[in-house]
Amino acid sequence: MATLSDLTLNRLALSAPLPLDSGRDLPGVELAYETYGELAADKSNAILLFHALTMDQFVASENPLTGKPGWWQASVGPGKVIDTDRFFVICANVIGGCMGSTGPSSIGPEGKPWGMEFPVITIRDMVRAQVAMLDQLGIGRLHAVVGGSMGGMQALSFAANYPDRAGRVLAIATTARHSAQNIAFHEVGRQAIMADPEWQGGAYYEGGKGPEKGLSVARMAAHITYLSEAGLTEKFGRRLQDRDSKTFGFDADFQIESYLRYQGLSFTNRFDANSYLYITRAMDYFDLAEEHGGMLADAFRQSDARFCLISFDTDWLYTTSDMREVVHALNAVAAPVSFVELSAPFGHDSFLLDVPALDRVMKGFLE
Amino acid sequence: MTLRADLAKIAELVPAGVRVLDVGCGDGELMAELRDAKGVDARGMEIDAAEVEKAVARGLSVVQGDANRDLADYPDQAFDVAILSQTLQTAERPDWLLEQLLRVGKVAFVSFPNFAYWRMRLSLLWTGRMPNSRHLPANWYETANIHHTTIFDFLELAGERGIRVEGSWFFAAGREIGGANANWRAEHAVFQLSR
Repeated sequence: MATLSDLTLNRLALSAPLPLDSGRDLPGVELAYETYGELAADKSNAILLFHALTMDQFVASENPLTGKPGWWQASVGPGKVIDTDRFFVICANVIGGCMGSTGPSSIGPEGKPWGMEFPVITIRDMVRAQVAMLDQLGIGRLHAVVGGSMGGMQALSFAANYPDRAGRVLAIATTARHSAQNIAFHEVGRQAIMADPEWQGGAYYEGGKGPEKGLSVARMAAHITYLSEAGLTEKFGRRLQDRDSKTFGFDADFQIESYLRYQGLSFTNRFDANSYLYITRAMDYFDLAEEHGGMLADAFRQSDARFCLISFDTDWLYTTSDMREVVHALNAVAAPVSFVELSAPFGHDSFLLDVPALDRVMKGFLE
Repeated sequence: MTLRADLAKIAELVPAGVRVLDVGCGDGELMAELRDAKGVDARGMEIDAAEVEKAVARGLSVVQGDANRDLADYPDQAFDVAILSQTLQTAERPDWLLEQLLRVGKVAFVSFPNFAYWRMRLSLLWTGRMPNSRHLPANWYETANIHHTTIFDFLELAGERGIRVEGSWFFAAGREIGGANANWRAEHAVFQLSR
């Protein structure tokens, strides 16, 4: 597999230090981004896509690191649901990430990787960086912002903080606030990383292989939250992995164990453990109401966008009732909002998978 | 596009440019008509995801929800007009729903099938069974229409609750008819209500 340093990525250097919610300024910020389609002469057809926790800017083209198709390649492209024959789609790797944008693995001001010297960032910081990118690209008002999961948090944060910069806001399988349970699962992951001796306080970039075991366990725990119980039962049940009987040992007897181990291990090939710490922290800090004096409705009071929110009935990470809170807030300020709970068996991951009703709603809303 | 007679009447009565909430909006047929013909700022609520999908594809703003509960989440007097067409008889508590309609809307339009329509009466009289009709085709045990009402019953409820009836329109066989003996002659009724 290629490593990040082998890749030639499209990068944009922000012209000024990025002010952060923590009060610090982040100097020398670069954003790695991909675009699809053509920007119209009047620049009216741009859609900013926000990626989820472990995704990146390769939405609709082969990921050069993994060699796999883009994470939303089924939905974004010529003639597809987000039609790149009509729309100019932009997606940037978030700050704190590890696919070319400035993050803890980037070289910091001391001439060595930031590691844990990297400032703690927020969802709003990620959005602020991308708005600075839009400014430098000369794109004023977007046709739409779109995102699922952490991407949906960015879409809501964008709507709240840049209320006149997008005509449409499409947020899928997301929430306006990380719950205690959401934070709890993330904390398990972070503790697994930090308990791995290879983590070395985050300074593992010079030699050493990094906390692969810890990151792998973090991914395993998180992955469970992305799937539904019914989905797991249907896919794996209690079936055994390549054997006829239990071994009375701690090998991966069950298919679900083998699957999770594979998910964990393959994740370490493409994701930086410190990025995982920083991005999960940003998600845990996310509380859109808190940013607006405790009233979620106030977050949207200035917005002139149309909203569409979509949840999935089997998603227990960001539930329908989480999304209904956002709907109520939007109703309270008379914002034009559509909401639908779609039925799909795949849990939280439904937004990335083949759900025909999702395609129909997205297409109808964006056109 | 041809709207059902009661919807066409409501579409005719809603003033141009107002804010409307259509409760039980289905695929948004009436909302689209109000938006396109009258520049109305229309919002909808619909319980069926497949119908919401169609409405969103029409560029309408529709929230999937159950009017029996979710109407309570809308602010007071948020809309100039609240519409409840052919949905009253499906409500868990039609009286609660009416109160909510007049809380979120300054004016409400309510349409419902009149169970005292002469064909219903005749059907019950002759067959001794719950009537099936073109407009009420489901069997009694599976019908969504759990609170059938008549024009008299409706007017009595409105009176008890201090709801003002600002106008009424009646329909039979898809055409508007006069108000005389409407409780016999009307298959459907549309009422304009306020507080």
